[in-house]
Amino acid sequence: MLRLPADIHDKIVAHARRDHPDEACGVVAGCGGLPERVIEMDNAERSPTFYRFDPIEQLHVWREMEDRDEEPVVIYHSHTATEAYPSRTDIALATEPAAHYVLVSTRDADEAELRSYRIVDGAVTEEPVEILPG
Amino acid sequence: MAVQVRIPTILRSYTGGEKAVSGSGGTLAELIDDLDGRYDGIKARLVTDDGSLHRFVNVYVNDEDVRFLGSLSAPLADGDDVTILPAVAGG
Repeated sequence: MLRLPADIHDKIVAHARRDHPDEACGVVAGCGGLPERVIEMDNAERSPTFYRFDPIEQLHVWREMEDRDEEPVVIYHSHTATEAYPSRTDIALATEPAAHYVLVSTRDADEAELRSYRIVDGAVTEEPVEILPG
Repeated sequence: MAVQVRIPTILRSYTGGEKAVSGSGGTLAELIDDLDGRYDGIKARLVTDDGSLHRFVNVYVNDEDVRFLGSLSAPLADGDDVTILPAVAGG
């Protein structure tokens, strides 16, 4: 189960919409598994079908989280033409077993589809998303 | 020649849970061989069968991406700080 404050949900969706038709990506940092701080990352690939965090930006953000005793609670990216389900590449490259992998589909201009998964050793498990008011 | 190596969560199973270890080597390739001698199997997570750095592993020397420093041939000096981070990427 991912409990996601509504403002964080809205920021992720807005980022995905803004970068459409390229994929958007980012992190929600937090302590104790609580998503608190949205960090929009540059998609170094600038691609409609692929994303990769810019390596230097990733280093800085990971250092900052470490200094603040935070972890990457959510790792999100968008799919711009397909459903919000992890692709084979997403599964093969997932390296944070403790993170919630959030996918947003922007294929429909009116309705954003946001779903969350655990990806551990190549196994994908979808989990419910509860939007918290505020 | 001692360098400090920061180990990402996903590779700490090799280092007995240690977040940072020390190692030695004049180049990144030598450092990885040195680490593999003590943390068996870690090299295979960093270097491909054909001997290049894995595309989806980021390695930094003093906060610079080693891809701009010669990749596995990147020179190391005493006191350098090496960080390993798996790339966050997908499709």
